[in-house]
Amino acid sequence: MSALVRVAGLRVSFGGGGAANTVVEGVEFDLAPGECVALVGESGSGKSVSARSLLGLVGTGSRVHADVLEIDGQDARTFSERRWRTVRGRRIGYILQDALSSLDPLRTVGTEVQEAIAATGGPRGRAGRARALDLLRRTHVPDPETRIDERPSQLSGGQRQRALIATALAGDPAVLIADEPTTALDVSVQKQILELFGELKAQGIALLLISHDLAVVSQLADRVIVLQGGAVVESGNTADVLSSPAHPYTRSLIDAAPHFDSGPADAADVSDAGDEAEIVLSAERVSKTFRLPDGVERHAVQDVSIAVRRGRSLGVVGESGSGKTTLARILAGLATADGGTVRRASDDPRDVQFVYQDPGSSFDPRWTVGRILDEAITLRHPSLSRAERSVRVRDWLERVGLSGEFADRRPASLSGGQRQRLGIARALAVEPAVVVLDEPVSALDVAVQKQILELIARLQHETGVGYLFISHDLGVIQKVCDTVVVLRDGTVREAGPTATVLRNPTDAYTRLLIDAVPSLPRASRG
Amino acid sequence: MSLAVWRVLRRLGVSLITLLGAATLTFFALRLVPVDPAFAILGAGQQQVDISPEVLAVVRQEYHLDEPLIVQYLLYLGRLVRGDLGMSYVQEQPVGQLLAAQAGPTVALALAATLLAIVISLVGGVLTAGRRLPSWISSGLELVLASTPVFWLGFILMLVFAVWLRALPILDSGDLRSLVLPALTLALPAAALLLQVLRQSLDDALEQPFILSARARGLGSLAVTVRHALRHAAVPYLTMHGFSFGALLGGAAITETLFSRPGLGRLLVTSVASQDIPVVIGVVLVGTAVFILVNTLVDLSYGLVDPRVRETGRKEVVA
Amino acid sequence: MSGGVVAEAVAPRATVVRWRGWVRLAADIGTLLCALVLIVFVLAALWPQLLTGQDPLAADRALILSPPSPVHPLGTDEIGRDVLARIIYGARSSLVLGFGAVLISLVFGTVLGLVAGLSNRVISTITLRLTDIGAAFPELVLAILILALFGGGLATATIAIGIAGIPYYVRVVRGETLRVRNSTYIEASRSMGLSRPAVLGRHLLPNAVRPVVVIATIGLGGATLAGAALSFLGLGSPPPTPEWGSMLSNARNFLTLGWWAAVFPGLAITLFVISTTVLGRRLQARLEGRG
Repeated sequence: MSALVRVAGLRVSFGGGGAANTVVEGVEFDLAPGECVALVGESGSGKSVSARSLLGLVGTGSRVHADVLEIDGQDARTFSERRWRTVRGRRIGYILQDALSSLDPLRTVGTEVQEAIAATGGPRGRAGRARALDLLRRTHVPDPETRIDERPSQLSGGQRQRALIATALAGDPAVLIADEPTTALDVSVQKQILELFGELKAQGIALLLISHDLAVVSQLADRVIVLQGGAVVESGNTADVLSSPAHPYTRSLIDAAPHFDSGPADAADVSDAGDEAEIVLSAERVSKTFRLPDGVERHAVQDVSIAVRRGRSLGVVGESGSGKTTLARILAGLATADGGTVRRASDDPRDVQFVYQDPGSSFDPRWTVGRILDEAITLRHPSLSRAERSVRVRDWLERVGLSGEFADRRPASLSGGQRQRLGIARALAVEPAVVVLDEPVSALDVAVQKQILELIARLQHETGVGYLFISHDLGVIQKVCDTVVVLRDGTVREAGPTATVLRNPTDAYTRLLIDAVPSLPRASRG
Repeated sequence: MSLAVWRVLRRLGVSLITLLGAATLTFFALRLVPVDPAFAILGAGQQQVDISPEVLAVVRQEYHLDEPLIVQYLLYLGRLVRGDLGMSYVQEQPVGQLLAAQAGPTVALALAATLLAIVISLVGGVLTAGRRLPSWISSGLELVLASTPVFWLGFILMLVFAVWLRALPILDSGDLRSLVLPALTLALPAAALLLQVLRQSLDDALEQPFILSARARGLGSLAVTVRHALRHAAVPYLTMHGFSFGALLGGAAITETLFSRPGLGRLLVTSVASQDIPVVIGVVLVGTAVFILVNTLVDLSYGLVDPRVRETGRKEVVA
Repeated sequence: MSGGVVAEAVAPRATVVRWRGWVRLAADIGTLLCALVLIVFVLAALWPQLLTGQDPLAADRALILSPPSPVHPLGTDEIGRDVLARIIYGARSSLVLGFGAVLISLVFGTVLGLVAGLSNRVISTITLRLTDIGAAFPELVLAILILALFGGGLATATIAIGIAGIPYYVRVVRGETLRVRNSTYIEASRSMGLSRPAVLGRHLLPNAVRPVVVIATIGLGGATLAGAALSFLGLGSPPPTPEWGSMLSNARNFLTLGWWAAVFPGLAITLFVISTTVLGRRLQARLEGRG
């Protein structure tokens, strides 16, 4: 079958006149109907930019070069803006990540879909609305007649994403570009969306998939192109690349993906029944209810009892809306429970520390790294001299893998991973008994995630603190936690040693969660 | 009762209270004056003018100045509600009558200026948003216009169009042509502020992901700006309208004085010069009432523009 | 690199991008220029004798409304006084008024704004309602009212404009205080175990008040414009004190005979306001750049 899209020697750079910054170099792929090609890499690898060059939407101030850039057999290198507009939506559709911000929040889903229909030469008015409903049905949006008049924020994550896909299909394109289409979604929803893509692929649409998640990619892609820093480090058939990666970077991506499996557990097999370690933080039949502005009550947490022991990690896993963050905040003292009791080893607020998902906003923007740590140290040791504190600051920086030079920098100038290290350092510098970590690695790149998780585990060994670890990611939980609690809609569905729960789940929901996690073929690891 | 209706009623209630507060403030301001209020009302506040005791007694009685403060206050409110703004002793006419006579030209000026400002800012904003060079030029112009005193801008316009080009009249001749320069004088600085806010908000909106989605559907730049970004820029833009209307009212005083046009602004200035306090207070109260009304309308318009406000009843919404 | 140059995504913009370096340079020159202009004005306010030898009050009746010349670089006004000298001496009134009014607005506005942002519901609501009443009046109109009741003059005008500007600062400071108060790092500080006063003094106040100084710098322009307007309307300093606004008012009737008497004072006002505004915005950009 002839290729719909052909790309070779793609190079994209920003900033003209000497200050050029090459973002992508040497990308090459073909797309034939019914095929799926995946561009894989971490943030900054140039994968999104490469994809956007197929639509002429790379951005202001960019220069796009290619040896070959053919769309439907036409040389796209000389396309004018007007010509590109005939390609967008009609020949190639584009789906962005996170429909909440990729659909106009002020307009209804129907208006967005109908705009896409009209823009690609389709009918307006009543005929347009009928066609919009068809599209929503095609992407399996439940109850489309109602949904069409609702705004994105009124739909669930999965429904939104389906609506977004519907807008991309409006012009009946032969090619679909999906940029991280499932990253913002819960695992169970992710599975359904991937199935939808599989369906579209079976209908003959060519798919260009962009993702940092190799497991997601492995489900759909026929061929994989791995990008690092804008350059292609490996490419080939998915099966080949994943089973025997040639390049070390590919290998590291495969290893770092917190893959969940039903094999031997990574963490020590500690059964809770025989654990003698002292309980440092516990919740007994805790509940919390929120009242929304329109009067509706949301039972965020209902009758939950958990216990964190010294030196051990308790994981709380659940999808969005499960109440895990609310629970974490209650235990950390950031929120109060409506019912039940929270017991701490001591009344000292310093003994329970909190690590945020988005570390950047948890630091005073005016303060330097050193001052932030200094404040934390002073909390526990108020009578130290400046020199002594300075030594401890350096000490902590090094313990979390940041060099002493970071002391004079501001958090804003640090990378996501570095900021999280700082967040962990600050929490531990107060020398607490327990640290509550709320999705501490969710916002980080896969390779960085691995490093941070190892850091967290190591520090626990060194300091003996207890961890309450919140995450939606089973693979992450498995790496760090001794025991796990599965939360759904505010109630505990299952609890026990991680290995046991994940290997032999007793609850149906737990089983669903485990099944939904896309995993890499077993042979690709190790 | 639906949330939207409740919101409207609440806002109207707040406006009424604010209006009441403003009236109260003027009531007390008059009595805080270092001279006897009766003198101020008679227009003899600052000067040493001989006033006969009989006249003073009349004024004292009419304003109930010898009664306890609370009684004065309630009577004052009562009069306001009936639309009675008192009597100007300097001009020997009821204040209300004076105001009514002068209101027309000011309303015409204000409407013309507002219309001009809207057109200039909307067109300018939509055309320059997201484009680097036009934005740069526009922001330079905005800076200069917003820094220009209204009376100086009027001068320059007069010089250029009336004196050097002889295209437009300086003095008011009651027709539309004489409205052009004064309206332009008021409109340009306001348009500068409005353009600035609009463009900035449009630029912010244009960086959002949903804009990229719209482009990917095949929409052109202008369509994307008007159909998507504009709605997102509406709230800050409307807010700025509320604020710039206040500046418009003050500017009317200046513009009418500069162009020797009749109107409430000029009435205010001449009344201050002749110490005609009742008229001053009258104009201030009317101007303030209109300002409150405009701001209320702006506030209520948020609900029309942003459906999220309609539903949560709050102006600030997070995603 | 082989393969011809492709879509230079929007060719004209590539040129503009090359501009970036130049714009940055211009920005710095701009800042310098504005600072220079401000310094000149401050000098004029403090030591006008340094900048001109002419007497602003000396009227040469033979030279009424004479155009710019070597002796009188900006011409003379309707009584024969040197326009340049009057502009230079006029700087004092304008700057005193501008700085004075902003100071009043800033101090009272910040205090009230902090109260509104930090205290409990009742006090906060009361403060807000009071502010709303103050804000209900158009600023210039309120200033005129105060001047009508309490008499004209530079001092009253300064106080009047200062009072009229308070509601704006209250709102800004309250807004910032609330924003900071609800921010994650304040919550993080409390949860760490820091005492309330420590969180307030070390984190909340410094972050909440920081933007206000910038707002004040930009507000200096607005206050000066208001002062000039009042002076134009005859509510400023009594004649023959040179004031930029009243100079324009006097020149109004002689527009066709001597435009310089009106144009140059106005130019001075505009330059001053532009300079303070630009400096204020640069400060703001720096502030936001740092987080």
